[in-house]
Amino acid sequence: MELLAVLGLPLLGFLLLALFGAKRAAPELNVAISFATLVAAALLVLRVERHGPILVWHDQFFVDAFNVFLVGLTAFVGFTTALFSRPYMRIEELHGRLTPKRLRLYHAMYQLFMAAMLLALLTNNMGLLWVAMEAATLSTVLLVSLYRTRASLEAAWKYFILCGVGIAQALFGTILLYFAAEKTLGREGMTALLWTHLNAVKGQLEPRVLGLAFVFLLVGYGTKVGLAPLHNWLPDAHAEGPTPVSAVLSGLLLNVALYAVIRCKVLVEGSIGYMLPSRMLMGFGLLSAVLAAFFLWRQRDIKRLFGYSSIEHMGIITFAFGLGGPVANFAALLHMTVHSLTKSSIFFTAGHASQKAGTQQMDGIRGLLGTSPTIGWGLMLGSLAILGMPPFGVFASEFLILTTAMREHPWTTPFLLIALGVAFAAIFSRVQPMVFGDSDAQPLPHSPALVPVFVHLAMVLMLGVYMPPALADWYRAAARLIG
Amino acid sequence: MNTHAFTVPILNLLAACLLLISFAMLSRRRTQRLINLFAWQGGILFLSTCLVAYSSGLKELYYSAALTLILKVIGLPMILHRLINRLGAQWDSETMVNIPMTMLAGLALVIFAFGLAQPISMMATTITRNTLGIALAVILLSFLMMITRRKAVTQVIGFLAMENGLFFAATSATYGMPMVIELGIALDVLVGVFILGLFFFQIREQFESLDLRNMENLKED
Repeated sequence: MELLAVLGLPLLGFLLLALFGAKRAAPELNVAISFATLVAAALLVLRVERHGPILVWHDQFFVDAFNVFLVGLTAFVGFTTALFSRPYMRIEELHGRLTPKRLRLYHAMYQLFMAAMLLALLTNNMGLLWVAMEAATLSTVLLVSLYRTRASLEAAWKYFILCGVGIAQALFGTILLYFAAEKTLGREGMTALLWTHLNAVKGQLEPRVLGLAFVFLLVGYGTKVGLAPLHNWLPDAHAEGPTPVSAVLSGLLLNVALYAVIRCKVLVEGSIGYMLPSRMLMGFGLLSAVLAAFFLWRQRDIKRLFGYSSIEHMGIITFAFGLGGPVANFAALLHMTVHSLTKSSIFFTAGHASQKAGTQQMDGIRGLLGTSPTIGWGLMLGSLAILGMPPFGVFASEFLILTTAMREHPWTTPFLLIALGVAFAAIFSRVQPMVFGDSDAQPLPHSPALVPVFVHLAMVLMLGVYMPPALADWYRAAARLIG
Repeated sequence: MNTHAFTVPILNLLAACLLLISFAMLSRRRTQRLINLFAWQGGILFLSTCLVAYSSGLKELYYSAALTLILKVIGLPMILHRLINRLGAQWDSETMVNIPMTMLAGLALVIFAFGLAQPISMMATTITRNTLGIALAVILLSFLMMITRRKAVTQVIGFLAMENGLFFAATSATYGMPMVIELGIALDVLVGVFILGLFFFQIREQFESLDLRNMENLKED
């Protein structure tokens, strides 16, 4: 029941907003639907916590500790982003960058995107997972190109072609997976693509086919995670799309794509019996983190800067999942949570800061503290949090990842430390002049919704200082599932 | 299973045609010809799926064959022809760098694909297992086409040809994915082409051309 609501509400929202998205009250409707989805997701979380995993509708949908946590996070950030986008998009309309028709497209696609991500998270069918990921790509392509400027069209085209090619590789991987599974599970009743069924017989699946399948799946879904060297689309899409879209891309879509990779990893590692998938995750993760950290230095655009920071953090999370074991998985899940919360709050403040300054170039943004202290403090605290300063939650997860890496693969620690250090220097030196200093920027015509920023940051702070035991148990249960 | 002696050679023949068309696509300059080649590729896919359906006795494969016929032989080529007519781009041809080199690279990709598919084909129980290598080769060749071409329409045709290769891989290795998934994939492809069709107009409006060489502003400086 809750499951149906979680999937159905955004879809209903898509239909409603496709019809009425141009009306004055559309942003409020968007918020209301996102809130309803959040309530449904919360009920689903409670139910899974009380009664354990759910497997429904001919086993086509499956909810366990791992994905229910991401469902909760997705619905929550989806709701706060809708709150943020209400004044933000109105200001964009006043600035003449959008027409009511485009706003209708924006609202409808926002809900469709949420629906696609939730479907990808909840489905038990690897084929349906692929279809949902592709649907999420298609809906965000339209969102990235919303402003119809040269740069945004170019970014959207790059995004579509790169992710289209990437996701085609993932489809080939899925075909290979089906090919291996069909022999064991048979063709009847479509069970050969169901994750739970595959997981039960993973020891009997042909290891060589699964190994090859994993390579294709990792390259395919890895493109969407933003792993180097297939990360090129990510900074462009983040910089040229509207800010709420950057926030949900960074905060949610990357997580969902990584979720797909991890589900595949669990299957393949169980089948081939040695650590090839983990090693590959570690390698790609480390490469992305280090490469992105150095690219951070060369950025002038505020949203591009934080786009690269997302690549770096996804690299660290992927690396942690590659390390494996209860501690590293726990840290990776925690890092996924705090990264989503912090990064989306940073994009919220960065969006309003660039609206005020009239440019996304960091040289043009100055003295935020003087003109609008809340935006300034939000950006400063958010940056400190994402850079892993204690007492924020990012520090806790990065510390756990680093110590585990030191114990199990000492050679990786210098790379991690370099990535973290370079990223710190690059981001801090950019943010500091934006926040302090003088400015003559005008106040915004609608007062910005900054409650989500501080709610997110407070949650990140709480996760760093005190983690409720229930939440810790839950992370541990999810970490055990990943193995 | 009523496998006839002639089905396997015919399937191999069709697979070879598919590969040949992929090579032809690599060397064609005219956009219109490319669309025709894409339609031919769809036609061969339709025939081979029908043949596999007939020899394996799986009814659902006829449905996916019908889907191929409607979507890839009639629907998408028609949409693409209309699009380039409306864009006035039907006689566009692009200057390509070094066709012989591209062909050689394609050849290397085919060898690579066969090498990769060899151990897996051994395990397949389907009658069509020999063709998995060809399917992978078609995918990689389409990939090469997307890399070497600079026109928006051509890149999309490359993308669609890649999808054809994937479909061929699914039928040849596993007798096709479950129907629901096939429908989902078809829907995604169709929606994708519609979105790209809209994109063509916007790109031309903004850049005054469909040449992607104009799209090199977003770079690291």
